[in-house]
Amino acid sequence: MSESLQNLQGPYFGDFGGRYVPEALIAALDELDVEYRKAVADPAFAAELAELHRSYSGRPSIITEVPRFAAHAGGARVILKREDLNHTGSHKINNVLGQALLTKRLGKKRVIAETGAGQHGVATATAAALFDLECVVYMGEEDTRRQALNVARMRLLGAEVIPVTTGSRTLKDAINEALRDWVTNVESTNYVFGTAAGPHPFPTMVRDFQRIIGVEARQQVLDLTGRLPDVVAACVGGGSNAIGIFDAFLDDAGVRLVGFEAGGDGVETGRHASSITGGAPGVLHGARSYLLQDDDGQTKESHSISAGLDYPGVGPEHSYLADIKRAEYRPITDAEAMEALRLLSRTEGIIPAIESAHALAGAIKLGLEAREAGREDELILVNLSGRGDKDVATAARWFDLVDADTDLSAEGADA
Amino acid sequence: MSATAARIDELKAEGRAALIGYLPTGFPTVEQSIETARTLIESGADILELGIPYSDPVMDGPTIQDAVNIALDNGARVKDVFTVIEAVAGLGAPVLVMTYFNPVLRYGVDAFARDLAAAGGSGLITPDLIPEEAGEWIAAADARDLDKVFLVAPSSTPQRLALTAAASRGFVYAASTMGVTGERATVGSRAEQLVAATRAAGAERVCVGLGVSRPEQAAEVGRYADGVIVGSAFVKPLLGDAPFAQRLAAMSDVARGLADGVRSARTGAGRA
Repeated sequence: MSESLQNLQGPYFGDFGGRYVPEALIAALDELDVEYRKAVADPAFAAELAELHRSYSGRPSIITEVPRFAAHAGGARVILKREDLNHTGSHKINNVLGQALLTKRLGKKRVIAETGAGQHGVATATAAALFDLECVVYMGEEDTRRQALNVARMRLLGAEVIPVTTGSRTLKDAINEALRDWVTNVESTNYVFGTAAGPHPFPTMVRDFQRIIGVEARQQVLDLTGRLPDVVAACVGGGSNAIGIFDAFLDDAGVRLVGFEAGGDGVETGRHASSITGGAPGVLHGARSYLLQDDDGQTKESHSISAGLDYPGVGPEHSYLADIKRAEYRPITDAEAMEALRLLSRTEGIIPAIESAHALAGAIKLGLEAREAGREDELILVNLSGRGDKDVATAARWFDLVDADTDLSAEGADA
Repeated sequence: MSATAARIDELKAEGRAALIGYLPTGFPTVEQSIETARTLIESGADILELGIPYSDPVMDGPTIQDAVNIALDNGARVKDVFTVIEAVAGLGAPVLVMTYFNPVLRYGVDAFARDLAAAGGSGLITPDLIPEEAGEWIAAADARDLDKVFLVAPSSTPQRLALTAAASRGFVYAASTMGVTGERATVGSRAEQLVAATRAAGAERVCVGLGVSRPEQAAEVGRYADGVIVGSAFVKPLLGDAPFAQRLAAMSDVARGLADGVRSARTGAGRA
């Protein structure tokens, strides 16, 4: 490749990206963009963030080779990047610490966030506690039921959690409500956006805060194996963990990048969250990108067992990487993801988040395909973006792990 | 010349601001939305703003969200807006369409402009489209002689006011306050400053929306703006379980009150 694909700066990624938002938000987005650029150029900002990574969230995260799991993946070598070991249990903290530092620099005292599975909400509530910021998290009512424990965690951390009862009552509607709050309170409030989507500068900024995943992992895999991986696999909802691990490999032409979208009941059933595989380009939540929509451009409801991937859009850089064929995007069904979740738990003693289990299921497919193609020593790097503690109730129901009448607290909890 | 601009200028010569009324198409049904639109014009709206129901209306508060959800549940389609325009375009009020951008993008921007012009529509108000992202729409609108109504907000910088004023045709939509649509006790004091700043930035006509619901508010805004845009206050009486004719009459009462409001605020002919 002649031109570097790394570190693209937006606002456009090919035909995608931009700022499709009300004029009222433009001043705040401009301010954020300017402050972010100043921060990037300021060694003190990088030093402060690096110190938080080292002494607060626990970076660098390790890599773990998983041979017993890999035996089910055609005998490929599988290495996990362990973002599940970060403080708060997922990659979300990487982005949130960066944006919380920016909030301080903007002189704002209030942050808002949207959350699906609750991981980004918990990470934001955590950073708000650490930096003494008022924090309001919007969460679809449906998700507050699916992820009641994360609601409790956010409240324990001092955040206000507002269940969103409009639309499909999931992540998309939580973003709508957060945007309505932001447009009303923008002068006092910074929107800590959770994924590499939305209007510029969010796709660029969130990617930058997450790219440490790939930077670390690339070196760690080189150190361990003496070579680069053949494939990097990650789950894709909005796509922040995926772009975070992909970015460092974008210019390594020999490294395949594969994003696994939530296939729900199967893309052919229409009940899925695979925006790139099963959607079309359009505008949602401030950016032009692939999205699930009907013939009238109405957003279609997404479906996934994983609240964190249950989103009808995707970040614009992924749409671009798909269009130029630098990355591939494939669906994984609920059932495939849950099988992979159980397999990693039983073979390696690691319970992954259901989101990350989509990448694991994808790795199994990639390994089997490599064997089929006669490649014996396929090396697959998987971004294990989060841990599965929050998903135990869902897994218990899926696998009948407890008596049917046991109250797993999700529906029973006071959300 | 833009029919919308001509109508505003005509009213300005009479010494008052225009009353611009918003209603979602297909709410409660397509047929009934034709009736509500006709009634709104008969009750004193000078310019009609027809909304296209959209699944993710981030600039709208609960009242319009509820109405739009009812329309979508009742099967409202994007193309229905053309049916409604055709039915009401001859009643003396220019008809603009208010829409989020994705339905237009999906329809095809040029095809939408073509069908809008053919139906007798005057142009588009685009709440989530800033001029920098609107190249395709601007080209289509210019080719068909359609209005391009962009928004300004209290947070807009002088540079952005100038950019938006230059890109707009018909009028510039000044959001009275930072926030979403819905009735408010007071119209922000920043609205008057924003209108003045937008004029200073080159806009010929500036109309104010967001939060106007009562005759005295319409009168107040009508003293300094070229038009008063009202939405939620018309939609609210149309919600609920009362018989449709009763809801329609209630909306008509609100409209007459607001029409009196803009008429009570003599702005003085020839005011710049």
